[in-house]
Amino acid sequence: MKYESQRVAMPYFIFALILFAGQIVFGLVMGLQYVVGDFLFPEIPFNVARMVHTNLLIVWLLFGFMGATYYLVPEEAQTELYSPLLAWVLFWVFAVAGTLTILGYLFVDYATLADITMNKLLPTMGREFLEQPTITKIGIALVVVGFLFNIMMTALKGRKTVVNIVLITGLIGLAVLWMFAFYNPSNLTTDKYFWWFVVHLWVEGVWELIMAAILAYVLIKITGVDREVIEKWLYIIIAMALITGIIGTGHHFFWIGPPEYWLWLGSVFSALEPLPFFMMVLFAFTMINRRKRNHPNKAAMLWAMGTAVMAFLGAGVWGFLHTLAPINYYTHGTQLTAAHGHMAFYGAYVMIVLTIISYAMPIMRGRPYGNSNTAQVVEMWGFWLMTISMVFITLFLTGAGILQIWLQRIPESGEALSFMATQDNIALFYWARMIAGCFFMAGLVVYFGSFCIKGQASFDEEVRSATIEDA
Amino acid sequence: MAERFTKSMARNIYLGGSTFFVLLFLVLTFDTQSRAMPERDNRDQLTEQVVRGKHVWENNNCVGCHSLMGEGAYFAPELANVFDRRGGADSEVFKAYMKGWMNAMPTNVPGRRQMPQFNLTDQEIEDLASFLEWTSKIDDNGWPPNIEG
Repeated sequence: MKYESQRVAMPYFIFALILFAGQIVFGLVMGLQYVVGDFLFPEIPFNVARMVHTNLLIVWLLFGFMGATYYLVPEEAQTELYSPLLAWVLFWVFAVAGTLTILGYLFVDYATLADITMNKLLPTMGREFLEQPTITKIGIALVVVGFLFNIMMTALKGRKTVVNIVLITGLIGLAVLWMFAFYNPSNLTTDKYFWWFVVHLWVEGVWELIMAAILAYVLIKITGVDREVIEKWLYIIIAMALITGIIGTGHHFFWIGPPEYWLWLGSVFSALEPLPFFMMVLFAFTMINRRKRNHPNKAAMLWAMGTAVMAFLGAGVWGFLHTLAPINYYTHGTQLTAAHGHMAFYGAYVMIVLTIISYAMPIMRGRPYGNSNTAQVVEMWGFWLMTISMVFITLFLTGAGILQIWLQRIPESGEALSFMATQDNIALFYWARMIAGCFFMAGLVVYFGSFCIKGQASFDEEVRSATIEDA
Repeated sequence: MAERFTKSMARNIYLGGSTFFVLLFLVLTFDTQSRAMPERDNRDQLTEQVVRGKHVWENNNCVGCHSLMGEGAYFAPELANVFDRRGGADSEVFKAYMKGWMNAMPTNVPGRRQMPQFNLTDQEIEDLASFLEWTSKIDDNGWPPNIEG
């Protein structure tokens, strides 16, 4: 760690991981509710568990992105963070507000929560992923603005690298598009249309910029490949992400009211959306093959390669599977959507945050060359357990989705099974998913276990000199 | 490729490409919102009651279990076409059905998925029914494939 102020990333990472654990616990609750419908009813109805599961995901990823930013921007800019104090204040504001919101979901029923947070004044609640009370939404906006101010002041006074520019562009996009969370017209089609400005343009636009920038940074550090080469790749990858992803929003406009031209626009551009992810795979593997040093943190390198591969599979391949309009007509809103969502979020965003944590956390804990071999082996066990479990979760949900479509969507009205009858018929897949979910939880416990192992990586002089000199 | 394809070329593809597609997206959005949607979303029937129904829908987080036009959770049935499925496309029949259904919840059948009791007033249930009826009439390119959603 070159700059003392990079250390503010630490509380962000730790809190992110705590929320991650919470997300998985509620994922298991929902998984069980899929097969034992009255599990925890009426204490934790499904909608509450789901809000907690998805909102925790969004919030912990934001904590992860912020931690990553606080860690890498000062080092890229070669200067201390503008205000570590502001970073700490915003951490506590965000952590307390986020926790209160989750407790609100759990202990007050939703209509009461809407009532006591005066949702009437500016109704924004009750929309998928944007369930947060308006006051929380305003809080998120303020935290992000303060965070951006701190980061931009830091970047401006130092070296302007491509990694910093791309990362900050992504973060500004994230803040600007968040404003659409406050727009809730009474016309449902308009509401849904602009709702996607947050949801799609975050996930398949600006978050990809953030992800690519973090990946590029970690690859510069662990491979020692020339910055010029990596920056060129970074530009091309994010160019492809935006060129395909912006009009690719159209694949969400098929069945919610917008005109027919979105059917082919959305199909064509979203069919191209796997490209940036495929390039990320090529990028990661090429850079690692061309590496000029053998960084002793093998776990971080595994996470970096895993991110590229799993993002390509989940966001790219599983997205492409059902993105063409004639196919999407049958798959829209089935378990196939859930299958894609799980692997895409894990592969792209969960894994990139775990990648930067794997690289930066040992350094912040005074282990500049990574954790001890034993700790890394345990961490890699966590990697494989979680990743393979996620592959199985995705496969089982895909099976559930295909069967659901076969029973409920393909037959004519009158012959098709009802939604609930179909659900009964695919229960076996849900049980299998539940078991895979338990293995995922076990993987997470193993991963956490790796943090408790003492010692640091050994290094030889060659590695040491290569690591000390800045890439 | 290292010599011929420079970093500034890569940057220009990024800046040019993203600017072009952002502008194209804005133009398409303008066309969709101003020209196409008024013909497709029957906004002339967007009454006070439908608007109130949307708030009932949102304030009770219905989308946390159900899907609406395919979006939401996939734990409970699709409701964009529930007006046709359960109401036989008749407003009065549908309102009566909704009242009976909402008041019978939860079923408390062991092991079965449960819908909470929301304690809505008759007026709120009628508002919700109007909202779902209005939603069912949006031109959504013929989705879903059949009445089961």
